[in-house]
Amino acid sequence: MSVDKDTVRRIAGLARLAVPAEKLEPLAGELNGIFNWVEMLNEVDVEGVPAMTSVAAQKPKWRADVVSDGGEASALMQNAPEHEGTFFVVPKVVE
Amino acid sequence: MTAFTLAEARDALKAKKISSQELTAALVKVVEAARPLNAYVTETPEKALAMAKASDARLAKGEGGALEGLPLAIKDLFCTKGVRTTAGSKILGNFVPPYESTVTQNLWNAGAVMLGKTNMDEFAMGSSNETSTHGPVFNPWRARNSNTNLVPGGSSGGSSAAVAAGLCLAATGTDTGGSIRQPAAVTGIVGLKPTYGRCSRWGIVAFASSLDQAGPMTQTVRDAAILLKSMASVDPKDSTSVDLPVPDYEKQLEGGVKGLKVGIPREYRMDGAPPEIAALWDKGAEWLKAQGAEIIEISLPHTKYALPTYYIVAPAEASSNLARYDGVRFGYRAKGARDITDLYEKSRAEGFGPEVQRRILIGTYVLSAGYYDAYYARAQKLRTLIARDFTEAYKKCDVILTPATPGPAFAVGDKSDDPVAMYLNDVFTVTVNLAGLPGLAVPAGLTANGLPLGLQLIGKAFDEGTVLRAGLAIEQAANFTHKPENWWAT
Repeated sequence: MSVDKDTVRRIAGLARLAVPAEKLEPLAGELNGIFNWVEMLNEVDVEGVPAMTSVAAQKPKWRADVVSDGGEASALMQNAPEHEGTFFVVPKVVE
Repeated sequence: MTAFTLAEARDALKAKKISSQELTAALVKVVEAARPLNAYVTETPEKALAMAKASDARLAKGEGGALEGLPLAIKDLFCTKGVRTTAGSKILGNFVPPYESTVTQNLWNAGAVMLGKTNMDEFAMGSSNETSTHGPVFNPWRARNSNTNLVPGGSSGGSSAAVAAGLCLAATGTDTGGSIRQPAAVTGIVGLKPTYGRCSRWGIVAFASSLDQAGPMTQTVRDAAILLKSMASVDPKDSTSVDLPVPDYEKQLEGGVKGLKVGIPREYRMDGAPPEIAALWDKGAEWLKAQGAEIIEISLPHTKYALPTYYIVAPAEASSNLARYDGVRFGYRAKGARDITDLYEKSRAEGFGPEVQRRILIGTYVLSAGYYDAYYARAQKLRTLIARDFTEAYKKCDVILTPATPGPAFAVGDKSDDPVAMYLNDVFTVTVNLAGLPGLAVPAGLTANGLPLGLQLIGKAFDEGTVLRAGLAIEQAANFTHKPENWWAT
């Protein structure tokens, strides 16, 4: 499988990354270099092998469904690039 | 005094031969004079001296924790309350966390002193510390008769350089594919990646959540045992933190390696690897054998698939984890956006560096409709096979000995144009993350031109004790006492 300019444009859109038109071609080249190298995984027969979905050697833990933290809206606002009171300011979303 | 190991300083403080304030003040000076190395991105001398003063008060009363009064450096991936945390990225801007990571909180609870935050590859993506928005770190080591600046490894390159140059007693690092062990090996220090689930990931800026693990970077194996004891904990805030009591790793150093079965995986003999690496590996096996260990040849047949598997799994997780950086709630925001999508796309394009963008694109692609099965699902199956290789091997041996890196530190700029060549630096370390096992890099020798090389010990899950004990045996036999010459002090 080979990645072309249009694919890079499409995945950059999915990833919410602005990629200038002149960068699409070089990026496709870089990604192909990496995907060609990754191709070697196709040599391995993985029929019947389960996917590893957990590394920790234990069952997922349950915790009590209680409020243990929060109520820190103004502390969270300290890092906001733009805010009014405890609201984040963004460009207009609905016309 | 600044040449103390962590253990020596601890003992000197307890015996009241020195005070934490003297020690901290001396290190603050050394840190300031070493700015040309670019190891620290944020120095916190006032905080350090205040913490040292509080430690001295506790020590005077005969109180104090396991790390009381000991000055440490913290990788800039750990959130530190009230102290800027950047993860080496422009996109975090001047992010000042309103909370403290569990690992660093554990260290402060044990009495440790924070000297500052160390440089790192952006979001821990890199093996040379060259992708940092704060610029590269220089390795304190240079080849004999050379003025060429070398990389300190990565991603924990600021921490490795800080420990190797004596700019702290010890440091924290994080390791997703080798980011503690590889920089430790190329700077002549000790680095331990614990078993996945041993140290809490809470409050550590996430890269690849199923692989990330925090660990100690130290001058000696004993220091690694001491620091890990305080870093590790069972944490309700991290659901992957495993419910096992934290043992006294320092005590577990005792007992030697007599009768220990040490596996040598034949697949780690790579074609084209420098002969010095293979020779050092053989020497390591001889050292352990001479101390009574039994050397056993083993096979880890899927080794060569580990790096390509990693470069699907890690970017996939990263693309998801890094979706939170949107220019809205914290961090960098681009100017002049037309609408909300434009704001996201511009802020991310301007805030993330090229390597991070590359990995976000890879991750988005391998998770996208039509490619998920071919790439991501296949990689997760490969991961099962890689982990199974180790399970099989541990039926025959207790611990595995390998080289830590395929070569010594390379020059700044040498590999920045070829992503795959850069990725190959982690060829010996990445299997361990995929399988979730503990791995330790120990300095073991110098190349012909005077650069440090390390060996790696890989253990069974939660058997850090055996890994450290075997590491101590290598350390004692290698008697690695070399230090870099100070060319950087201003």
